[in-house]
Formats: sequence, C-alpha cells, structure tokens
Amino acid sequence: MTAFSLINIVLLAILVATAVTITRLRALYEAAMLAALFSLVTACLFVLLDALDVAFTEAAVGVGISTVLILGVLALTRSREAVTQRRRRLPGVAAVLLVGGTLGYASLDLPAFGAADSPVHSHPLTEVYLHQSQEAVGIPNTVTSVLASYRGLDTLGELVVVFTAGLAVVSLLGPLRRRRPTRPERPRPIADFDLADYRVIRVVSGGLLPFVLLFALYVLFHGEYGPGGGFQAGVIFASGFVLYGLVFGLDRAQRVVPHAALWSLVTLGLLVYIGLGMATMLLGGSFLDYDVLAPGNPATGQHLGILVVETAIGITVASVMTTIFFSFAGRGVSR
Amino acid sequence: MTGQLPVLQVAAPLLCAPLCVLLRSRTVAWLLFLVASLASLTCAALLAVRVDRSGTLRYAMGDWQAPYGIEFVVNGFNTPVLLLVSLSAVVVAVYSRRSVAGELAPRRVPLLYACLCLTLAGLLGLAITGDVFNAFVFLEISSLSTYTLIAMGRRRQALLAAFRYLVIGSVGAVFVLIGIGLAYAVTGTLNMGDLAQRVTGGHDNRSLQAAVVLVFVGLAVKMAVFPLHAWLPAAYAEAPSAVSTFIAATGTKVAIYVFCRFAFTVFGATLVFGAMPVGRIGLLLAALGILLGSAAACFQDDLRYLLAWSSVAQVGYIVAGVSLATTAGVSAAYLHMIMHSVTKAALFATAGLLLLRLGTVRLAALAGVGRRMPWTFAAFVVAGLGLVGVPPTAGFVSKWALVTALVEQGQWLVLAAMLSGSLLAVFYVGRVVEVAWFREPTADAEPAAAPASMVTAIWFLVLLSVSFGFDASLPAHLADAAASALLGNGGG
Repeated sequence: MTAFSLINIVLLAILVATAVTITRLRALYEAAMLAALFSLVTACLFVLLDALDVAFTEAAVGVGISTVLILGVLALTRSREAVTQRRRRLPGVAAVLLVGGTLGYASLDLPAFGAADSPVHSHPLTEVYLHQSQEAVGIPNTVTSVLASYRGLDTLGELVVVFTAGLAVVSLLGPLRRRRPTRPERPRPIADFDLADYRVIRVVSGGLLPFVLLFALYVLFHGEYGPGGGFQAGVIFASGFVLYGLVFGLDRAQRVVPHAALWSLVTLGLLVYIGLGMATMLLGGSFLDYDVLAPGNPATGQHLGILVVETAIGITVASVMTTIFFSFAGRGVSR
Repeated sequence: MTGQLPVLQVAAPLLCAPLCVLLRSRTVAWLLFLVASLASLTCAALLAVRVDRSGTLRYAMGDWQAPYGIEFVVNGFNTPVLLLVSLSAVVVAVYSRRSVAGELAPRRVPLLYACLCLTLAGLLGLAITGDVFNAFVFLEISSLSTYTLIAMGRRRQALLAAFRYLVIGSVGAVFVLIGIGLAYAVTGTLNMGDLAQRVTGGHDNRSLQAAVVLVFVGLAVKMAVFPLHAWLPAAYAEAPSAVSTFIAATGTKVAIYVFCRFAFTVFGATLVFGAMPVGRIGLLLAALGILLGSAAACFQDDLRYLLAWSSVAQVGYIVAGVSLATTAGVSAAYLHMIMHSVTKAALFATAGLLLLRLGTVRLAALAGVGRRMPWTFAAFVVAGLGLVGVPPTAGFVSKWALVTALVEQGQWLVLAAMLSGSLLAVFYVGRVVEVAWFREPTADAEPAAAPASMVTAIWFLVLLSVSFGFDASLPAHLADAAASALLGNGGG
C-alpha cells in the first residue's frame, strides 16, 4: 500500500511539475515534447489504476500521434509563443483559479480513493458489465464489450468525431487538390534536413515499419482478449506511415497510399459501422444489436459484431490520422 | 419498422455524411443532404404524432436495456426540438443549393454538405438521447462540424471566428465532460432517468453541486449566454449564408433544450433551482444579455453582425423563461425558441440573398436596396417585425407569453430589460429599413438575379412566422406539452 501511494505521489508530482514547466515555456517545440511527457506520465497513472486500455490509448494518441501532429503544425508556423502582456493574463489566471477551486470543492465529497463501497461499485451496472457480460457477450476483455457492444453508439459517435476532425483538416488544408504536374527536385520532408540521409534512421525506421504494422494488427485483433482495440490499432498503424513519411519523404509515402484510396478508406470504416447498425435493424433487432447476426447463438453474433466494429474503427482511425499528417506535411512541401 | 423511428431520426443524416464525402459530387451531396433532412423531418413528425397519442417512447440501443445500454427517449420535451431542427434542415437544404454554389469553391461543396449532415445528426442526437455521456458525444459531433462549417466562410475572418469558437467551445465541452464525470462518480450511472433517481436526497453533496456548475457553465458557452457569448457574433456573421441560417435557427436552441433536460429531468428542479441559485443567476444573465446584445446590435454596420448580436439578446429572452422554472415560463421559453428560430432563419437567409446579389451586406452598401429589390426586402421587413414583436407576428405571441410568465412571478426588473430590449430592436431593425428604403440608391450596377429556390425558402419561413402570429395553436400546444413533460418530470 505504501509503495503504491509513493509511486502515485511521485507520478503526480512529475505531472504537476511538467504542467507548470509547459506554462512557463515560450519555445513550442520543447512544450510539445513536455506535453508528450505529460501524456506518458498520465498513461502510467492509468496503468496504476488498472485501466490498461485507457493507458494504451493515452500512450498511443497523447505521446505518439498528437505529438507528431503538433510538430507538423509547428513546422508550418512560428515555433515561439508570442508573449502576452502581464495585465492581459489576469482574466485567464482568475478563470483558472475559479475552475481549480470548483474542482477542489468537488473533490471534497467524492468517494474515497479505491473505496469498495463507492456508488460506482455498488451500482448494478458493475455487476452486469463485469460478470453477466461474460455470458451475454463472451469476451474476456470487459472494456471491449462495453465499448463495442453495450455502449456501441458512443463508440460510433467517437468514430464520427474522428471522421469530422479529418474532414475539418482536409477542408481547410485541402489535400484533395490536384498534385502539381512537374516538380524538379525531390520535395524535402518537413524538417529542414533530410532524415533519409542518416543511415541509422533510414535502416532502423525501414526495419521497424513491418513490425509496427504487424503490432497494429495484433492490437486490433487481440482487443477482445487483452488491452487494445480499433482506436489504438488505428493510431499505431498511422504512426507507421507517419514514420515512413517523415524519413523517406512525403512522395514515397503517398506512393504507398494515394490520397484517393486513403480518402475512400476514411469513409469505408464509418460506412461499415453504420451499415452494420442498419443491417441489424433489417435482421429484426435494434440498432447495433449483434445478437441477430447469428440467430440462436447470441455470443457468436456479439463476437462477429465486435470484430467488424473494431476493424471498421481501425480502418477509419488509421486513414484519418494519416490524412491529417499528409495534409500538414503536404502544406509544408508546397510552400 | 415504426419502432425504429428514434434511431432512424439520427442514423439517416449520419449515414449520408460519409456518402457525401465518398461520392464527391456537388449535386449528389446536395441531394443526400436534402434526403437526410426530409427523412429526419418525416421521422420527427411521425414521432411527434405517436408521442402525442401514446406518451413517452424509449428505444434501447443494441437491445441493451437502460441503464446498461444507451437509450433514446422521445417525449413532449424533445419533439418540438426534433421538429424544429429537421424542418430548419429541409429549408436550408432548399436554400443552400444556389447559395453555396455562389460562395464556395466547387471542391469544398461536398465537404460542406457532409458537415451539414453531421451537424444535423449531432443536434438531433443531442435532442433525442437519454444518456448523459451519449449527449456529450453528440455535442462533440455537432460542435466540431459547426467549427468546420464556419471556417468555410468566404472571408479570412471566418478562420479566426471559427478558431475562437473552437477554443471557447472546446473549453465548454470539457466542462460538460468533467461535470458528467463527477455526476457518474457520485451516482454510478450515466442514464438520465437513473441519474435523476439517484441524485434525489443528495442535495448537499458538494461533488454533485460542482457537477451542476460545470455542466451548466459548459452548456452556457454553447447557448451563448452572456457573458459567454463572445464567439457568437463573428461565427454567425462570417459563416457561409446557408450555414449561418442553419446554426442561427438551431445551434443555441438545442443547447438550451439540453440545459432544460439536465436542469429538470437529470439534476432535478429542487436541486438546481431550489438548493442552488441557478434560476436567479439565469435571470440576471438573461437581463444583461438582452440589454447588451440589443445595444450592441444598434452599433453594427454590417447586417449579419447586427443579426448575430440580436441573437445574443434573443437567447436572453429564452433563458429568462427557463430560469423562472415555472410551467408558464418554460412553455414561453419553448414558444420563443420556435418563433425566434423561424424568424431569425428568415432574416439570415435574406441577408444571405442580399449578400449573393450585392456582394456585401454592409449597411452603407444597402442604401436604397428596398426600392431596387422590393420583394427580397419585404421579406426582411416582415421577419424584422417578428423580431421586434409587433402583433400579429410570431414574435409577438411568444413575447406576450414571456411577459405573462414574468409578471406572474413578479420579475419586474427582467421585464423592464425585456421591454427595453424590444425598444432597441425597433431601433436596430428600423435603422436597416431606413437605410434600405428611404435612402437614395448609391450603386447603379444591376443586382444579380435572385435564385427561385432561395426566394422560396425565405418566403416559406416568413409566411410560417406570420401564420404562427395569426394562429399559434400548434407551437403553443408543443410548448405546453414540453413544459408539462419537463416539470412533471415525466421523461426520466
């Protein structure tokens, strides 16, 4: 118990120190790196709370893809924060203190940390999710059955949010435009120097790529048994492409996955998910009721439904993340 | 198949969004949006009839019974919202074809329709869901797609407007999320009906009080309640015309509905308006919003900014009605929500038509347009009278209901603010009329022809608002049903 508390306290201290340092930094590259550290520590805290799926997502999204995207943005804009006058910072300080005060006030009546008799634990929901789901859905990882089946609509909604984000980036940065017909020299990657000139980076990233992609597939299809699932798999898959694009240049990455194909994949995943919902309705169930997929054997139906849903999520998330990166990076090249 | 209506209501526009992107044709995308909005309107109408006849409808997603799964609840309190949102979508679909073609690069048009489908799906989902976390997900969908739509505006200022809305809106959304998280921590459930049962008796729970504060502050951003309205004017004024028509008619209204849903059927009126001073704060902010919004509208020199500032004031009227927490007050708020939505959509649509024909809607450039395009401007005047609240327009009916509700509770100060707001409205609408009708035309260039589809959409809205002014029995019936469903805590 004491060791557990100690680790928690140390991690929290690192978290606070990181956050304070970020606010004091003016150089945004450093801030981006520290933000990644912040996510990493958060992920560790999630692990301590036994929330492995959440930790996995935090690590993949917070540390991985969002850091890369922020760096992509910084390559296009200034990388130093403009200094706000001290006087103009006061309203912000007041707002922060107010929110912090409210949260502190809220924590006074929260159930004790790790209490076994908290409302969340005593609600019948917990019993249903943790025990009955084993028969009703038949999947060892409860998180996956809650996300993909019990609360399948929320997950669909989150996928739509990811899709909308991709749509927003594409509509503003517009990689749908035609590529320029001739380009005399090979376009430089977004960094000022050519990463592919470094042999170590070239060999290591080239060698890693197949394993990254394989690991993504493992995370995708193993989500029913262990931590993981479509979101994490999609992000890892996209990281593979982003790594390739960073090192070998945008052109070669886009030769692997052309824009048109990528853009079709973005919609494909979403269409499969909504289509599955429509199909279950046509088969006589309600929206996203996977039981009807295998009449007479609900668990098989649930299994099938969850697999389809996770794959759909993986496809859309991976292609949206790759699209977003290509949009930012392509912007840098065409400048 | 009629049992599936609640989910079809949301799934139809949701399905059309990726199709718009996939098929990438302007005409097909427009058709898809039209089909999606017509399908939603059909669902909403059928649901309204069924609810009116047989009471609450519940739909268990994935056949997992609530609170284990997500449920959609259709009741008197959300049928008006569903009808309002889907009807606005149909009108905007008719209006948008030519309006969008005139304002956007062809490449972006399918993306605009995809985002419109997503906004429609998000708003409908927000209105129909019976689960607090699901509500947050739909809030995100509608907000993100709205930011994108605003950023598609013609001028570069649209990007800044969208960015400001993005920052303020995201902070608001995070507040809502934290509030929902706190409510979950003290109740263990996310289902609205289940939550409502489990919060009774916990009124002195400080976590719950903080949850109420955070959810309401977050929603207040989306509602554009004073002093969190700063994003609204530029967002409405810089968005493409079809988009500003749609979000002016629906965006803040749905947020206000969600506020009512949380206040009356989740946290409960005894906690929100009894133990906590939300009602008094609401009335104060509403009064300030009415005065400030109307006053700011008087100083604008761009027609669309003027209309947007007037929206800030109108949100104040609606919030005042809700904050009374009486049946009369909530009913009046719903009525004003419907009436103002129709009126303001007509005004923004007219502004969009003027923009298309003249290339600008700065008041200086509008000199004499009333004489050069009498029909277009007549629509503006009729709708403008509705905004002021002159009988027999729609605005009069709802403002009268609000006045009655305020007098009933003896809220004289709010009443005074409301009347001054209406006087200011006479001034700012009158200013536009004066410029457009009584000043000599400046430019001699012939304005571009008015597309028939846009004119049809505008006049449909204007005539609808006038007909509600003469016979408000349908909206009044919907509003009364909504208020009794909310205050009777019938929805769960």
